[in-house]
Amino acid sequence: MAPRKTASVSSRKTAAKPAKKEFTGSNIAEFDRDQDLKAYREMLLIRRFEEKAGQLYGMGFIGGFCHLYIGQEAVVVGMQMAQKEGDQVITAYRDHGHMLACGMEARGVMAELTGRRNGYSHGKGGSMHMFSKEKHFYGGHGIVGAQVSLGTGLAFANAYRGNDSVSVAYFGDGAANQGQVYESFNMAALWKLPIVYIIENNRYAMGTSTARATAQSNYSLRGSGFGIPGMQVDGMDVRAVKAAADEALEHCRSGKGPIILEMLTYRYRGHSMSDPAKYRSKDEVQKMRSEYDPIEQVKARLIEKGWATEDDLKAVDKDVRDIVADSADFAQSDPEPDVSELYTDILL
Amino acid sequence: MARMTMIEAVRSAMDVSMERDDDVVVFGEDVGYFGGVFRCTQGLQAKYGKTRCFDAPISESGIVGTAIGMAAYGLKPCVEIQFADYMYPAYDQITQEAARIRYRSNGDFTCPIVLRMPTGGGIFGGQTHSQSPEALFTHVCGLKVVVPSNPYDAKGLLIASIEDPDPVMFLEPKRLYNGPFDGHHDRPVTPWSKHELGEVPEGHYSIPIGKAEIRRPGSAVTVVAYGTMVHVALAAVEEMGVDAEVIDLRSLLPLDLDTIVQSVSKTGRCVVVHEATLTSGYGAELAALVQEHCFYHLEAPVVRVTGWDTPYPHAQEWDYFPGPARVGRALAEVMEA
Repeated sequence: MAPRKTASVSSRKTAAKPAKKEFTGSNIAEFDRDQDLKAYREMLLIRRFEEKAGQLYGMGFIGGFCHLYIGQEAVVVGMQMAQKEGDQVITAYRDHGHMLACGMEARGVMAELTGRRNGYSHGKGGSMHMFSKEKHFYGGHGIVGAQVSLGTGLAFANAYRGNDSVSVAYFGDGAANQGQVYESFNMAALWKLPIVYIIENNRYAMGTSTARATAQSNYSLRGSGFGIPGMQVDGMDVRAVKAAADEALEHCRSGKGPIILEMLTYRYRGHSMSDPAKYRSKDEVQKMRSEYDPIEQVKARLIEKGWATEDDLKAVDKDVRDIVADSADFAQSDPEPDVSELYTDILL
Repeated sequence: MARMTMIEAVRSAMDVSMERDDDVVVFGEDVGYFGGVFRCTQGLQAKYGKTRCFDAPISESGIVGTAIGMAAYGLKPCVEIQFADYMYPAYDQITQEAARIRYRSNGDFTCPIVLRMPTGGGIFGGQTHSQSPEALFTHVCGLKVVVPSNPYDAKGLLIASIEDPDPVMFLEPKRLYNGPFDGHHDRPVTPWSKHELGEVPEGHYSIPIGKAEIRRPGSAVTVVAYGTMVHVALAAVEEMGVDAEVIDLRSLLPLDLDTIVQSVSKTGRCVVVHEATLTSGYGAELAALVQEHCFYHLEAPVVRVTGWDTPYPHAQEWDYFPGPARVGRALAEVMEA
């Protein structure tokens, strides 16, 4: 029986070309009004959601782990604006923003954080483990780096099926030091799989700065040994992310194999809720917040260009806050899972 | 019907499955061009092409992780881990991703993968090519663990495993690849071509996962075994002249507890046999279950016959291996009690 597929997994047909020729990062696009407004709203939704999650955690409604995405919103929103229906997203444990960007309901995400019956995983997953087949979101993974191989498998499945989809696999600067990431790079390059590896470099692997953890802190070069092109992207500027994403996704869709985007970004909060972030100065955080905030950048642009008034943006904020407040109410009133759920969905 | 070795039976299972379902892909180290270190995948790449049967780099963690992602999207990867001993780099992916993706996605995503892995001693491979790590899998909820003891079962169980919607660890005792090894290493192995369980249908059939088989009915003592040890137990029983009932578990998870309980309730005595090391081995689970379910029928303590609590030795392979003499001593012990 002849295989259906196109992408050859023969090792003889490999060799992605060197980075510079393939991937320039030169198409820095300006946003039009609709794009800026969309980016503003999407990023704000994530920010307000995360602020609320932080509050609920402090009030004891959320237990266990809770990793907030505040500061990094431009990365997923810019990526999502470039993706097509069917592209798969997989990420690690700082995942609430990815889920919201994928279009998953705020209610279901928040209710999973509070461990309730109508959370996306019915309370079995918690903050780090949520999925949605409908939205092509493949988790939500709590083991650092493990999702990178799974994302590579998704890309293989795309190639095998001969569809036009690209797997978008996120991981952090910490995960970038895991061995299985390089096993995945090798296979993806060998088999020319359609995957964008996104390294969200927020400078700290929990409390260890990149300077203390890595010999090569330019993560965009991490695929060079396999011929995987990569580039550094201003991950605080949603337009830069979108432009890089457009080029990276096109690279994958045109059959050129994997590509790496290193997103230079920053998380304002600690690694998790129990992290006071004493490994960095307050000035450092404040500087990022006041000079590079991804949402403020868009806001300033909207006002300056006359695309929106302060009142317009306040209305967006109100709308977003309503969605978040509704999700928080839902997440506190939704019943806890029945004890009989304990033994469901282990095996068929 | 054809005569097949266990290698041929396993190959036939993959062949039949690939023929029937385009979503089945076979890959692993050396499985494509080379045909597998034990030749289990020989000819499959020539027949199905490099997209469906292919070589992977030596990256067990990456291989298994990739297979899980493929499976989440709907493919059915049948992966060869070259030796069971090589699965440790992938153990994270097996336990934390494959076994749990159904649970934590609330059934949204499943993981229909099979990891085939040659297991056990028999080729003087020493401590890194002889291990039986089944208890490391049976301790993980969300996995199925299958160990065939003959070509007929190997093919039927492997087809069932490939068609199963959940991750299956398929341990192939390499001592049985070419014949039903009875533990007498100084005697030539009878080839499968002279054994009734070497008769294997060429087409599709499957054996349900979770059903044990009674290899020898008896009334005096129950011997619970799987894989290579089924044949060792049968040899020991014949040599001792004991009317033992020998149960071949075939699947450790799920476990056919009913068959064990029925047998031990009848015989009142039980010997558990496996090649893996003793402490916290699967035999401990079996012994615990037998005492929980058959306590008032037991005439003697449950006895385990296993590999010693040592790394698998190279030169002393046959001192380590729980052969018919040791099984025989255990039988005598429970019969005297």
